[in-house]
Amino acid sequence: MTAFSDTRPRHLLDFQGWSTERLTAILDNADTMLSVLDRPVRKVPALQGLTVCTVFFENSTRTRISFELAARRMSADVVSFAASSSSLSKGESLRDTIETLTAYKVDAFIVRHEASGAAHRVAQFSGKPTINAGDGRRAHPTQALLDAYTIRQEYGDLAGRNVTIIGDVRHSRVARSNTELLTRLGANVTLCGPATLLPRDLAGERVTLTTDARTAVKGAHTVMALRLQTERMDAGYLGSLPEYIQGYQVNEALMEHAEPGAIVLHPGPMNRDLEISADTADGPRSRILKQVENGQAVRMSVLYHLLVGRA
Amino acid sequence: MTITITNIRRPNSDTPETLTIENGLIKGWNLPAEGETIDGNGATVAPALLELHAHLREPGQEVKEDLASGLAAAAAGGYGTVVCMPNTSPVIDDPALVRALIEKADALGFARLKPSAALTKGQQGKQLAELSLLREAGAVMFTDDGRTNEDARVLRLGLEYAHSLGMVVSVHAEDATLRADGVMNEGAVSEALGLPGNPAAAEAARVARDIEIAALTGARLHVQHLSTARALDLVRDAKARGVPVTCEVCPHHLTLTDEALRGFDPMFKVAPPLRTQVDAEHLLAGLLDGSVDCLATDHAPHTRAEKEQDMLHAPFGIPSIEVAFPLMWTQFGEVLGLERLLHLFTGGAARVMGWPEPTLDAGQPADLVLLDLDTARPVTPAEFRSKAKFSPWAGQELRGWPTLTVVGGRVAYRR
Ligand SMILES: [Zn+2]
Repeated sequence: MTAFSDTRPRHLLDFQGWSTERLTAILDNADTMLSVLDRPVRKVPALQGLTVCTVFFENSTRTRISFELAARRMSADVVSFAASSSSLSKGESLRDTIETLTAYKVDAFIVRHEASGAAHRVAQFSGKPTINAGDGRRAHPTQALLDAYTIRQEYGDLAGRNVTIIGDVRHSRVARSNTELLTRLGANVTLCGPATLLPRDLAGERVTLTTDARTAVKGAHTVMALRLQTERMDAGYLGSLPEYIQGYQVNEALMEHAEPGAIVLHPGPMNRDLEISADTADGPRSRILKQVENGQAVRMSVLYHLLVGRA
Repeated sequence: MTITITNIRRPNSDTPETLTIENGLIKGWNLPAEGETIDGNGATVAPALLELHAHLREPGQEVKEDLASGLAAAAAGGYGTVVCMPNTSPVIDDPALVRALIEKADALGFARLKPSAALTKGQQGKQLAELSLLREAGAVMFTDDGRTNEDARVLRLGLEYAHSLGMVVSVHAEDATLRADGVMNEGAVSEALGLPGNPAAAEAARVARDIEIAALTGARLHVQHLSTARALDLVRDAKARGVPVTCEVCPHHLTLTDEALRGFDPMFKVAPPLRTQVDAEHLLAGLLDGSVDCLATDHAPHTRAEKEQDMLHAPFGIPSIEVAFPLMWTQFGEVLGLERLLHLFTGGAARVMGWPEPTLDAGQPADLVLLDLDTARPVTPAEFRSKAKFSPWAGQELRGWPTLTVVGGRVAYRR
């Protein structure tokens, strides 16, 4: 048993209120979960009798499947609710929706929403353990946990490791959550992208900002490429996609400047040959499929932690 | 009809006095009691408050508020007169609509209604509304509030035309392209929360442009709901240069900051957004040094369901007309002093409109409020007259609650 310095958080909305020990315990426990996935029967009875509801206001099949499989592998019942938040605003409020679902005796919510903070509202309205599966630009804590887990798997520890995140930082909940978690675990984070996509206000202790990709990857042990929405060009953030590729694509030529043996991550889904070159995505540095696999284990660990109570 | 109000005190006086009202006018002070007698319980008496910026939502959005609920709420907040905004559905850009609203409000007997009308047809910012006919119908101010005036030339024409009619044009000064999709103040908090930001420069840039147009035309420009230090500095400088510009500040911009958004509650989503502590303090300094002409609430009621959306989809606006005075008195009474504060709620607002400063002298209209400056009472949204029964200040203990509002010699509110 690990003793924790925080009171037990009821939700995973972001990392506020979560002690570093507790976050580390979730990562430690993911090792066990990963071993479950290697068994002939990939199922344990840990969450038997509990019902988990995925509420996705924003479409993301991959993330939903990852969460649903994680819950099912622990024997929870899973129901899913999909709605666009725009159809919601026509009459029923977010509160109505969540209160209705809560009345069905759901034990936990997993929420994806286009608006930052929506997961906080769901947690308030439902009172049930709530996991943020991505809200607006704000947070995607399980993605950050699985990224941290993947880096730790590679290096054993995050302390003193340099992680560089390249791309559309401005609109990225992955970048925000990773910055928060990785620095908490002792890593240094460099955020890099064109100035229009790199808010100056994100700089902080152990967080460096640069618009120069080569500078950014210098000394990096891990380089993460962020998905680029092509509509950012129409919105005026970029001159052109070729220009972006030239400056910020994570490829072999750029990785030359990183630490030897540095690994490459991507939260997916990828635009191959846009933010990341195909040969790097598929090459020996890539841990992108590892991330997907680890994601399921980390989510099992989170569900277990929130619903059963031991880490 | 005669009413005598006993046991009331004028600001900064300890002497209990008596005021007599007859036929809607103030008859005089300390006369022998006659007619209905109301015990003032030692409250402070002042001219009824004057609101230059309230959204009453009628016509078209009565589910949020209507004249009856909005003007009753105003009276409960101590207001005797309300200038309502024209961003209704349809927009108040039609003289017949202005007449109908005034008539309906008169029959209600709560606060007086003085509608503003749209500066441009449908508030589209393209073609001037029928300004002279609107004025004839009773509109007291022109504004496209709720929308920003993007076309500088149209604003120039509107200012020139309104000026020829002796009317004020008020503006929601915000560069819509710079604001973009911002839902809160742009800065460290918006970045931490991952919410699209609205930079302070969006307000300052537009205030600078509008001041230049006011200077060009010599017409009276009123800048609404100033929220940033920089924009206030621009207004202060313009005044010093003699440009005919006035401005208002809202209680929520003085008492709340963008830190309030940390809980992601759209209750605090307002346009212009809650800014930083530095801005709030600068605005307060503006109230003290006279560069802010008046306080206005920007009372903006919405349904609870609308505010129970997420931060991106919920509408902008805070209902505040019932708590504005107690909030300001409780938080800033000591700094500002009672007289200055009352001026910001009454005479300052009148001066913006070019109206005589209200007094309680014999012969004046009997529009007055009694304020209990000492008893603390919590903000209780369930008791609001407004249909919007929620408040950022719910539960806060405030002093300075109105106990009686008289409009045109009639009791419009009594606690
Ligand atoms: Zn406005």
